[in-house]
Amino acid sequence: MSTGGDIRETPVPVPGVFFHSAPAPAPIRLFALAWSLLLAVLAVGCSPRQRADLVVHNGPEPETIDPQVLTGQADGRVAAALFEGLTRFNPVDGRAIPGLAESWEISPDGRRYRFRLREGIVWSTGEPIRAEDFVWSWRRAVMPATAADYSAQFFHLENGEAIVTGKEKDVARLGVEAPDARTVEVRLVNPAPFFLELAASRIFAPIPRHLVDRFGDQWIRAEPLSCSGPYQLMQWRVNDRFRLRRNPRYWDAASVGTERIDLLSGDNAGTALNLFLRGDVDLIIDRKIIPGELGPDLAQRPDFHRFDFLGCDFIRFNTGRKPFDDPKVRKAFALALDRPAITRRITRLGERPTGAITPLGAGGYEPPQGMGLDVEQARRLLAEAGFPEGRGFPRVEYTYNVGTRLYEQVGVEIQAQLLAHLGVRIQLRPLEWKTYLTEMSRQNYDFIRGSWIGDYNDPLTFLDCFLSDSGNNRTGWRQPRYDALLRSAGAAADPAARLALLRRAEVLLVEEEVPVTGLYSYVGLCAYRTDRLGGFHVNLIDEHPLWSLRRIAPR
Amino acid sequence: MNGILKRLALVPLLAWLVATGGFFLLRLAPGGPFDRDRAPASAEVEAALRAKYHLDEPLHRQYLRCLGGWVLGDFGPSLKYRNHTVNDILAQSLPVSGVLGLLAAGVAFGIGIPVGAWGALRRGRWPDRLASMLAVVGICIPSFILGPILVLVFGLQLAWLPPALWGSWENCILPVLALGLYFAARVSRLTREGMTDVLRSPFVRTARAKGLSPGAIVRRHALRGSLLPVAAYAGPMLADLLTGSFIVENLFQIPGTGVFFVNSFLNRDYPMMIALAVLYSVLLQALNLGSDLALRSLDPRVRHA
Repeated sequence: MSTGGDIRETPVPVPGVFFHSAPAPAPIRLFALAWSLLLAVLAVGCSPRQRADLVVHNGPEPETIDPQVLTGQADGRVAAALFEGLTRFNPVDGRAIPGLAESWEISPDGRRYRFRLREGIVWSTGEPIRAEDFVWSWRRAVMPATAADYSAQFFHLENGEAIVTGKEKDVARLGVEAPDARTVEVRLVNPAPFFLELAASRIFAPIPRHLVDRFGDQWIRAEPLSCSGPYQLMQWRVNDRFRLRRNPRYWDAASVGTERIDLLSGDNAGTALNLFLRGDVDLIIDRKIIPGELGPDLAQRPDFHRFDFLGCDFIRFNTGRKPFDDPKVRKAFALALDRPAITRRITRLGERPTGAITPLGAGGYEPPQGMGLDVEQARRLLAEAGFPEGRGFPRVEYTYNVGTRLYEQVGVEIQAQLLAHLGVRIQLRPLEWKTYLTEMSRQNYDFIRGSWIGDYNDPLTFLDCFLSDSGNNRTGWRQPRYDALLRSAGAAADPAARLALLRRAEVLLVEEEVPVTGLYSYVGLCAYRTDRLGGFHVNLIDEHPLWSLRRIAPR
Repeated sequence: MNGILKRLALVPLLAWLVATGGFFLLRLAPGGPFDRDRAPASAEVEAALRAKYHLDEPLHRQYLRCLGGWVLGDFGPSLKYRNHTVNDILAQSLPVSGVLGLLAAGVAFGIGIPVGAWGALRRGRWPDRLASMLAVVGICIPSFILGPILVLVFGLQLAWLPPALWGSWENCILPVLALGLYFAARVSRLTREGMTDVLRSPFVRTARAKGLSPGAIVRRHALRGSLLPVAAYAGPMLADLLTGSFIVENLFQIPGTGVFFVNSFLNRDYPMMIALAVLYSVLLQALNLGSDLALRSLDPRVRHA
């Protein structure tokens, strides 16, 4: 035992005095040191920050805010605050209104647009924005080397598709030109009635060439960042926030309602709700950041606002695999689903059950009914396909992604309905998100949950997914008649005739061949107090420009 | 001294093994960083994207490329957060997790040690029972239960403290408690056991026999020895705390490193995942070494062994 050394080392104190005079032993000294260090760290690490004039919960941390390569909705909201295109979205109804272009002319055949830029528009760093900037930016966006996932939006421009798919190497052949510094001329393949709205989307905004030349792909990280939109970027901290400040050089700076906005990034819906309830967040703008289980209850509150929007859940059948290679089986399944039961019991936000793919209201389009519940016919079709009363039906799996309870519950409901209505016992196959995506695009499934959100307010954004060669088809269904119908709809100059052709195509898709069948179209929820925040409007395309937002009551 | 050098030499070796293992194992997971619910505009665009991050090269080439970066401490670009490099994100998030972790460690030691010592000194009596009960409760309630309870009570009902976010000292309190109380409970148990053992030992009897007051015995003689189990535990505990907690950071929306431990895998963000594995392995080894050094300074038996 050598512990005796301890006793010898320390002088024996006079009783009653040492409590005050003796130096503290090592562990306690260490302790005091550690605590003072901690407090120092705290003082440095946690400098208090002033609350922005408006705090918006923007949902998950964006992957990128580069308007040419972004794909996410949260990403797009940041980019839309910083960059503006020829047109911008009307905050009320989401239709296109003049942006950097003050006016435009459309040729009688609907295929040529001539935009007139505003006079004296500049980047937030002072450089002028000219028509050539649009031409240069759009050409950059379509170059495969830019790797812009969304460059399919340029398929509507002359040679856009050829360039994006690498068949045409000369980007100068893209259908856009700048005859002078204030004129942008666009040539479209088809008279696309939605082009003005498309032009307001992120990828059509010009980007600052002077920064791209200097910083390359990471130009968006330049400080200061040249912005063309109502806001400029002050700070970007991953998983924390974007701090935006009004761009004083924005052409319409006078209409920008808030000086400083914080866009918070986070993916915990419960936390977003807590922040909102405490008043630390003024607006939850991301519909996915509302806790799913609480949705129906929250929707009853006056500060939660529900809205229909362009998105839907549906089912893909693998038409390359038995038994779903037989349209009768696909139809039988589609007819055996009680969609209203799903929206009534599970989703419960007032979603519209539909067997179609296109939601109601897209560009004035009336979607077909699609398949509704018809147990008798479903059984007959299944019997005709060789499975009377579901006898001898092979083992099939319904694949869906996990992450929210909702899809699990929908899966169980579908399982129960198919058993009750067709006598078919299906298995459920929950997959993690990336695995689910891989299995879907490799077509390694029997039938699978699908979803789609419209990129612009037109049925085409849903229907062109199921073209034979579309990468979004993922069902193995190839129907030349469908392709031809969409082609002739594209060429149709008369808007009513065009919509009729699109409807004919959708009938083929969801009622006759049924490689896919709709479940319900989406309803979103966002949160704000109407007595505190003005200028926010729900709309079908879920577009809410930040410039129109303003606080009403002083805090 | 020799032993320390040997262990230091092992640090880069183990880091390399972890990084290499991570590199190849992660590629076995289905799906890739750029898979999303809509197809890219064209096969050419997809190919360009993969080429941009060298994912089109054969795996051994990619590995050598990464290895070159690792040697220089550069983990490359994040495949998920495409405007940031991995080092960039870690530079932003590690200090946050570090502050949170250090404060939580402060709670763990600051509450755990006194409570444990108190329990040992009143062994078998009500203070001991109370401390033991609290410790068991603390160990049994995971942070994903404790956190929401703290938020509900102090963040929403009483509205004393902000329910989430990071920035001021008020923001620190709830997450630090949610994270630190569990460790405080563990530390108090360890201190109690250590102290109980020490109080039974002959040198304490000697100290008592020569007339030292109980307080003096604890402060001057017993405390040091009773901290041995705590010191051994402190290394791994600190490694856990300093790299952040997924649950607490996610719940309080704190921009720390902990959330990436889970999300970077879900996102198939290979470089991020590897960087975190390396970071954790280096930190764990360093802190274990620190623990051993602390043991040596606390316990002459280890020193002279």
